[in-house]
Amino acid sequence: MVWSWLSKLAPLQLGAYRNLGQRGMLGMNERNNRYIAEYNPRYLYPLVDNKLSTKKLALEYGINVPALIGTIENQHDAVNLLDIVKNQTGFCIKPAKGSGGKGIVVIVKQQHGQFYKANGQVFGADDLERHISNILAGLFSLAGKSDLVVIEDLVTVDPCLQAFTYEGVPDLRVILFRGFPVMCMMRLSCRASGGKANLHQGAVGVGIDMASGRAIGAIQDGAPISVHPDTLQPLNTLLVPRWAEMLELACGCYDMTGLGYLGVDLVLDKNHGPLLLELNARPGLSIQMANNAGLVPRLRQVAKLTKTDRYSPAERADYSRQQFGDPRPWLLQ
Amino acid sequence: MRSRASFYVLVTLLVLIGAGFTVYRHISLGVPWLPGEQRLVWSIEAKIDFHSQDAAVRASFATPSTQPGFKRLSERTASPGFGLAFVEEPNGRRAEWSIRQASGLQVLYYQVDMLVDPSTFKHTQATPPPLRLVTLSGPQAPAANELLSRAQARSADAYTLARELITEFNRQEQLAQLLSHSQKRIVWLVDLLNQAEVPAREVHMLNLEDGRRRQPLVSYLQVFSGENYQLFNVDTGEQGQTANQLVWEQLSAPLLDLAGGDHARVNFSMLKQDVPVTRMLQDKTFQDRGLLDFSIHSLPLEDQTLFKGILLIPVGVLIVVILRLFIGIRTSGTFMPVLIAIAFIQTSLLTGLVGFLLIVGLGLVIRSYLSRHNLLLVARVSAVIVSVIIIIAIFSLLAYHLGLTEGLKITFFPMIILSWTIERTSILWEEDGPREVFTQVGGSLAVAVLAYLVMNNALVKHLTFNFLGLQFIFMALILVCGTYKGYRLTELYRFRPLSPAQH
Repeated sequence: MVWSWLSKLAPLQLGAYRNLGQRGMLGMNERNNRYIAEYNPRYLYPLVDNKLSTKKLALEYGINVPALIGTIENQHDAVNLLDIVKNQTGFCIKPAKGSGGKGIVVIVKQQHGQFYKANGQVFGADDLERHISNILAGLFSLAGKSDLVVIEDLVTVDPCLQAFTYEGVPDLRVILFRGFPVMCMMRLSCRASGGKANLHQGAVGVGIDMASGRAIGAIQDGAPISVHPDTLQPLNTLLVPRWAEMLELACGCYDMTGLGYLGVDLVLDKNHGPLLLELNARPGLSIQMANNAGLVPRLRQVAKLTKTDRYSPAERADYSRQQFGDPRPWLLQ
Repeated sequence: MRSRASFYVLVTLLVLIGAGFTVYRHISLGVPWLPGEQRLVWSIEAKIDFHSQDAAVRASFATPSTQPGFKRLSERTASPGFGLAFVEEPNGRRAEWSIRQASGLQVLYYQVDMLVDPSTFKHTQATPPPLRLVTLSGPQAPAANELLSRAQARSADAYTLARELITEFNRQEQLAQLLSHSQKRIVWLVDLLNQAEVPAREVHMLNLEDGRRRQPLVSYLQVFSGENYQLFNVDTGEQGQTANQLVWEQLSAPLLDLAGGDHARVNFSMLKQDVPVTRMLQDKTFQDRGLLDFSIHSLPLEDQTLFKGILLIPVGVLIVVILRLFIGIRTSGTFMPVLIAIAFIQTSLLTGLVGFLLIVGLGLVIRSYLSRHNLLLVARVSAVIVSVIIIIAIFSLLAYHLGLTEGLKITFFPMIILSWTIERTSILWEEDGPREVFTQVGGSLAVAVLAYLVMNNALVKHLTFNFLGLQFIFMALILVCGTYKGYRLTELYRFRPLSPAQH
């Protein structure tokens, strides 16, 4: 039944499959089978799947991260939250083993025992405690395993990016292959994504030219867009500030984890500069749509390199800036 | 890369083992590829009646055994008040009835199912009986010797001698008449053949004709040439056994040996039946083939039905693998659809779908109430489990009282799995919105329905249950699927070329 349906579509599909291949798009199966399975040894996963160990590791390697305010490990400690955050105006609650931005709550302001989210939504202390207890029980963790809560300092958006975001903090996603940046994208939160920067939740993905840090295209929900849906800022004016520094910081994360296929999320803080937000051993594939380019040719080029351990992070960043620059003008003009 | 070769060796090995077992089962046990296939079975009933004189009765009755052309399946007897035993004796396997005291007319029934197995008709071999030399004397001796010498002159071997001897009996009517005064023709034939050092004996045959009643056994002459034998009709000299002739007794033993009774009569009636092979495989005679057999049928019946379901799971799993890796359908919980599909098999599709949506829908309502309270996750899921059970109980009761027996089948759903589905769906709704919920729940249901349609297919059920070797092939298929690096069907849409004109 299914087969007859499939065979009817076959001629059409073979062309479509070939087309994807010609554009060098990396599919989910190939990512899992060829890149993640071969370049990411399983025993390294805990380093990136647990935000707390990532943070500790980053500090060891001198990579800047948002300051840790506190952690909560047991249900009965959930009441300590008020104690932990009493000197903070804003803070961020994250499940240490969460994925895809699940379970993250950003509080921008607390006043008279009320907690305000960026969208003005008000939480009571008991709401936050319930959320913390959910995190601890493993609701957001990858395999439902029991989890712990990381409370960290709020990132303040750098003024030059302020116009490109609604409520949340824009972050820079860099895909590193064997330590070389192969593709970048800026993720902008918007009203539709509820202040979150995850593309599947409706955030805007902006493809970034590796050579210059300039925007080359943007998508939201799989469709191309040219202005930020909420701030109406033209997206082709986006230029990632301190581009070289950001890219070099990303490259350093390879040496820190040893994962060959790695997604690095960076933010630019107004006060602290580039910070490492989190690492991802299974970074998504939508970045190809934001850049309107496939990952495969770049991955193949890097796979051919020999003696990669002789490159320093800065040299790897340089290599990618020279090799993977995208001379195309803004895609929608 | 280093393991690539060994991987394909493993896959090939799995396919070979699987195909080997499967073909072996088909060829050696005759398990058919298709479920509807039927075999011919003769149901034969022997009715024994006799009068007993108020005494202890012992009746020993010859029973047929597996033979060229026929395989004995099950036996049944009906004999109220009598003790019964099947005994192996030098003169064959016999049914023995006994009773301390009986008077008046006694009726014993013996029923046997014989499977027609045409492929074995040609192999006619048996151990020949020892030669029994009788010295011919008296007035018939010259006549008998004359018949024998004439036949011998015109014959070349054992079979032609037997045929010619019968021809002589028919031709020399007066001599035959003379001989038949002292003993029956068949006894003469056996004696004369023995005289010529040809082993032979009398066997009792039953001519099988559908729906016949009150049939007697017919005597046939069995003539040996070494281990091989041929059967001869003593009246016509016709050689060979037709497909519809069953040897009931072949050791020249009495059909019925009765002590304590008289006026015994034995009648046979028979019925031809088409029996599905699948039902026949349940029969004991198809088991006990040793370890190589690997048949589920050797398990107790109760476990067999359990395995019927279990052996279907790999089919469902294979479908999930295909749909996820090649199509790219997203489901909530990787193998949850397979469990739902198994529930659908028990409930039938429509009842199952309605039940699933009812339980998940109501569960979500209850869950959304629970989420307002500050509950720990484990407690909350546990509460959902209890709610699901209460929902199921209430629906079963309602359905029963409304006379909808279909509704009772709702109990087949995997409750713990459903509770987790409700919990995850609820979180998904809060975090990613209803659209993602419909995508994933819809995807799960679509996969479940597809898995159900395949798993509920009579052919698939038949093959997985009867050919355990297929499991190795499923394993190999899944392993091969795991190496697929190409695009998923949904990625054709996801990565479709962006054209600025769209905006």
